[in-house]
Amino acid sequence: MNRKRTRFLSTPYILWIVGFTVIPLLFVFAKAFTDQSGTFTFGNVTAIFDSVHRKALLLSVELAFISSLICILISYPAALIIKASGVSNKKTIMFIMILPMWMNFILRILAIQMLISSNGIINHFLTVLGISPMSIINTPVAIVIGMVYDYLPYMLLPVLNCVLAIPEDIIEASKDLGANRFHVLTKILLPLSLSGIGSGITMVFVPSMTEFVIANILGGGKIQLLGNIIEQEFSVSMNWNLGSGLSVTLMIFVLLTTVIFGRTTSESDRGFVI
Amino acid sequence: MIEKTLGKIYIGLILVFMYTPILVLIALSFNDSRSRVVWGGFTLKWYRTLFDNSSIMSAFGTTAALAFVSAAVASLIGLFAAIGIYSMKKRSVKVMLFFTNIPLLNADIVTGIALMLWFVRFFPLGFVSVLTAHITFNIPYVILCILPKLETMDIRQFEAARDLGASTAYAFTKVILPDLLPGILAGFFMAVTMSMDDFVITYFTKGPGVNTLSTLIYGEIRKGIKPEMYALSSVLFLLVLIILIIANKTDTVKEN
Repeated sequence: MNRKRTRFLSTPYILWIVGFTVIPLLFVFAKAFTDQSGTFTFGNVTAIFDSVHRKALLLSVELAFISSLICILISYPAALIIKASGVSNKKTIMFIMILPMWMNFILRILAIQMLISSNGIINHFLTVLGISPMSIINTPVAIVIGMVYDYLPYMLLPVLNCVLAIPEDIIEASKDLGANRFHVLTKILLPLSLSGIGSGITMVFVPSMTEFVIANILGGGKIQLLGNIIEQEFSVSMNWNLGSGLSVTLMIFVLLTTVIFGRTTSESDRGFVI
Repeated sequence: MIEKTLGKIYIGLILVFMYTPILVLIALSFNDSRSRVVWGGFTLKWYRTLFDNSSIMSAFGTTAALAFVSAAVASLIGLFAAIGIYSMKKRSVKVMLFFTNIPLLNADIVTGIALMLWFVRFFPLGFVSVLTAHITFNIPYVILCILPKLETMDIRQFEAARDLGASTAYAFTKVILPDLLPGILAGFFMAVTMSMDDFVITYFTKGPGVNTLSTLIYGEIRKGIKPEMYALSSVLFLLVLIILIIANKTDTVKEN
């Protein structure tokens, strides 16, 4: 295969990247650093420090952090159990994870609302059992439940991939050399799963930090995350400059998460044999 | 033994968590009451009236057209892009993968807003703008599904075919394409799934009058979701379930 010639096969894609990824982002920056009359300003970006915006940003980061943490705590034991069970039919597991996406995302979140709302299905059963009903709807707890529900597959898949790839021999060897189960977990399994957990975190943290539909439905419209504020600047207040400015702040956080947990590097370091 | 049982219970609980909302929605499609919380008895009427509901049927048509056209275009561009990336030097590969990761990692809301700001300058928002947006976020999935297949492919078979007198196009379709086909199909399927499930990017890039199932549902949240929507969603869900089970079965049969 003539590599010099086949390289040019990616030309349409490169044009597509320039036209629909790079230029649109430049438009966001252009809007973010100008005011409505078109003069240069930092105001839209520094607006993140206004008390309303700052509160929304902090809450977004907090909820995204809690959601990611819960996703790890659910996924990691699950991955270890699946590895130990020897059932490693990845296709079936993939299938079980992706299938829920074929039920519309908003409908699924509405179903969560029906389950956990004050007169919802779970409370109905609790009352029948004589347990006092819970009231979590329209609180940050409800939003976290929605986020964990929606983004769990994004954590489970990379973590599982990583854990299944750890060779059994290494674990056997460490056991033979006297490691107990705790040491196998902390010295062997966890260090070797860090890349999977890292990519899981970026896949969960970014969407949960920027989501506005889940917060709208499960937060009852009362809890404002940064995504809700940006959405309103575009659809209600019609201040596109401010909306773009806040989007730039959001992008900085996205970039920080990817740099810290390094999904892009682990992706490209997989070692392409060229 | 106890440990195994506990493990099974744990996995079972995760499955319950993932699938209970879906069972609730399927149950609602058989509920003979417009209320979401009252069970009014079993009925099939929402499945019968589904086809008369023109707003749902037209949104479904738009959603399906978007999903299949965007997935097809993304698969084509993505296939060529993957082959191109595969033949690049390591440094260029890194640059390409960086740009490929942008739509995957960036917040949907930012991707949607960015495309919208760019589109409104040049043409009215409508079906084409949403389609372009969906192609944009679908290409990366296709590329990331095809690249691993390229890495494990034996390029010498292609070269042998060329040496034995096959034209480049013939050798490509007979040698390389069959090797890449599972990757291409997986990428196409991921693209259709992502397109069907998208709300945020569609919401920002669509014009008035264009509705997908997601945006139609979003607009109905306050008024209440039409029960026909649950019926359509259940049909779609079961259809995909059956298709995936058949695909899985034929795969395992082939492997055996």
